[in-house]
Amino acid sequence: MASDNSQHLTPGALPSSMQLTRDGQLKHFLTIEGLPPLLLEEILNRAEQFLDLPNKAQNKAPVLRGKTVMNLFFENSTRTRMTFELAAQRLSADVVTLDIRNSATSKGESLLDTIRNLSAMNCDMFVVRHQHSGAAHFIARYCPSHISVLNAGDGYHQHPTQAMLDMLTIRQHKKEFPPLKVGIVGDILHSRVARSQIHALTTLCTGEVRVIAPRTLIPAGIEQMGVHVFNNMEEGLDDLDVIIMLRLQKERMQGGLLPSEREYFSLYGLTEERLKLAKKDAIVMHPGPVNRGVEIDSRVADGSQSVILQQVNNGIAVRMAVMAMVMSGQAAEQMR
Amino acid sequence: MKSLHIKSARLIDPANQQNGLVDVFIQQGVVVALDHAPDDFKADEIINADGLWLLPGLVDLSVYLREPGLENKATIANEMQVAAESGITTVCAMPELLSPIDSSAHINLIQEKVLAANATQVEVIGALTDGLKGERLSNMGSLKKSGCIAVTQGLAPFSSLNLIRKSMDYAATNDLKLFYQPIEHHLQGDGCAHEGAIATRLGLPSISSGVESIAMAQILLLVEETNTSVHFCRLSCAKSVELLAEAKHKGLPVSADVAVHQLFLTEMDISDFNTLCNTQPPLRSLRDRDALRRGVAEGVIDAICSDHQPHDIDAKLAPFQQSSAGISGLETLLPLTLRLVEEGVLSLEAAIARISYYPALIINKPKGSLGIGQVADFVLFDPDKPKTIDRETFQSKGKNSPFFGWGFSGSVVETRIKGRLVYHYS
Repeated sequence: MASDNSQHLTPGALPSSMQLTRDGQLKHFLTIEGLPPLLLEEILNRAEQFLDLPNKAQNKAPVLRGKTVMNLFFENSTRTRMTFELAAQRLSADVVTLDIRNSATSKGESLLDTIRNLSAMNCDMFVVRHQHSGAAHFIARYCPSHISVLNAGDGYHQHPTQAMLDMLTIRQHKKEFPPLKVGIVGDILHSRVARSQIHALTTLCTGEVRVIAPRTLIPAGIEQMGVHVFNNMEEGLDDLDVIIMLRLQKERMQGGLLPSEREYFSLYGLTEERLKLAKKDAIVMHPGPVNRGVEIDSRVADGSQSVILQQVNNGIAVRMAVMAMVMSGQAAEQMR
Repeated sequence: MKSLHIKSARLIDPANQQNGLVDVFIQQGVVVALDHAPDDFKADEIINADGLWLLPGLVDLSVYLREPGLENKATIANEMQVAAESGITTVCAMPELLSPIDSSAHINLIQEKVLAANATQVEVIGALTDGLKGERLSNMGSLKKSGCIAVTQGLAPFSSLNLIRKSMDYAATNDLKLFYQPIEHHLQGDGCAHEGAIATRLGLPSISSGVESIAMAQILLLVEETNTSVHFCRLSCAKSVELLAEAKHKGLPVSADVAVHQLFLTEMDISDFNTLCNTQPPLRSLRDRDALRRGVAEGVIDAICSDHQPHDIDAKLAPFQQSSAGISGLETLLPLTLRLVEEGVLSLEAAIARISYYPALIINKPKGSLGIGQVADFVLFDPDKPKTIDRETFQSKGKNSPFFGWGFSGSVVETRIKGRLVYHYS
């Protein structure tokens, strides 16, 4: 390892292809973009197997026995961090969670130094949440090659496990993707969840993917990701099978993107009235945490069409699936 | 000083419409005759330049010296030797926040280091505002006396349009040309990539073309109102070229340059988060790149520069948004400009003119040409000696080039300043 250090520390392209082994197995999980549909389906199938394990909390699967997973959270998170922790524990791994926000980087240490220090502690997997796009790619590129990196959200770029748990939820209710019309409503501009969902939905051949938001929250050229853009909520909801609501962050009122939460709710809030515009059996999803009365009415969030809590449950299974897959990809790579 | 006889070189001197085999005679660092030696000329040194091109020394309008203040990134001694090896005989030093060139002391220090380096010459562009903070005018009168050739705010923001307007008038009062890099900072925000599908896919905060063209339109109106002369730095988008063409058509006293990497790279090059392609202004679309190329070909854009911004490697070893912008460009200015000739964008004469004669005109210095009576800053170039740019042989202290691995058909063999040898290939 030491001999190739200079080569190792050369800046350059961080291609997403590094998340696959030479024979196409998952080694890191950085982005949905570019992954083949069969691999996404494998993640869903594996996750379903984990869901079916009896007495999940007590019976641990031995898949990651003897392995150490480090959760590196450079940015705030409760739900994602906890589901990753639980997933690792249920696979029998040792788990360490570092809230790096308050430690190294705030003392001026560079991300590279933080990663190199942590790498020296003999772990097998990094779960990374970072406020900057591409951070997970960066870490995967510059950490020792035996460590797998799972992206738990990087900037506005990707949040691939969230997208996969959403796909699992959709599949549980709708069976197949090609006939579906799926709408993603809200702050697309700042949403890594939306970008991952769009890649996942288009890769799985979803009939139509819409993004629904005011023009201030739609990033330029998003159509090129294969979606239809709607600025009008009513038109966008028409005939949908799946409605995915995104969380609206309060900071958005500052930058001139929106005038007020109240106005946002009046134009884009998902109410019972508006829900009727979608198909009768449409499901309502939300990656959480929910802002009731800002993007979604409580009666919808808690209503019969809401599958929000099911998403949370699926989150653990999907993360177990991905962890198991990257570890076997890694093992295969190390065998060579 | 030695007298010099350059034998049978192909002299390419666009300023004097020269492109052909000649003998050149140099005395006291000045070209004294072409073709035939003057009476009683006795050469101390004869250079056989068979098969070589003789080019005027390159004049580079934008180099960040990093010294004083950022010596961890680069030093004047090293970079000016690199410039000489790259065929560049004069560079213009740009001020930056951490090295603002806003006092005579600062300029004297640069000049001392340049003298000690004994290589490429430096013309200094001073700060337009005190400390480049954008709040108060700098002491332009004393900057001028210390040898500044122009003033600029560089990449730093202005506090108000009022200050821009006043600074134009005050710079003109001191007979200093204003170098203006068009950036509407309020519109730019925390952006770091060209607005469009690629920035969207990567989740990077974006910079629209308007950030540049709106700033430019504003200054063009002020140029008209104040009748002062402005040089626009580092254009990056099609709209700016269009605005500049209109302004020139109207006869406004404006000129412009483009960084050579903008003529080759596009937003596509950042699609794998390659921090080596993090630049300011950002790499734009293919359409913008083609418009810039046309602008250079049609003479709307006067000059091509390296926009040399050497960085320590740590500055690029970070997630894209956290990495520092800029390319270490001295060593690729001439090779890439000549590549434009191979790609059919420019004639050879036009290409050479854009990196020698025209930039010299912009800074109003009698350089960039090799007519009789001109200073003998020149380059001998072997068009048939291939060169590959790679990390191992890269000389700049800043190894931040996205052009590693690019092959070029020719190389610099020798560089002289006022007839004095500053680089010879060995």
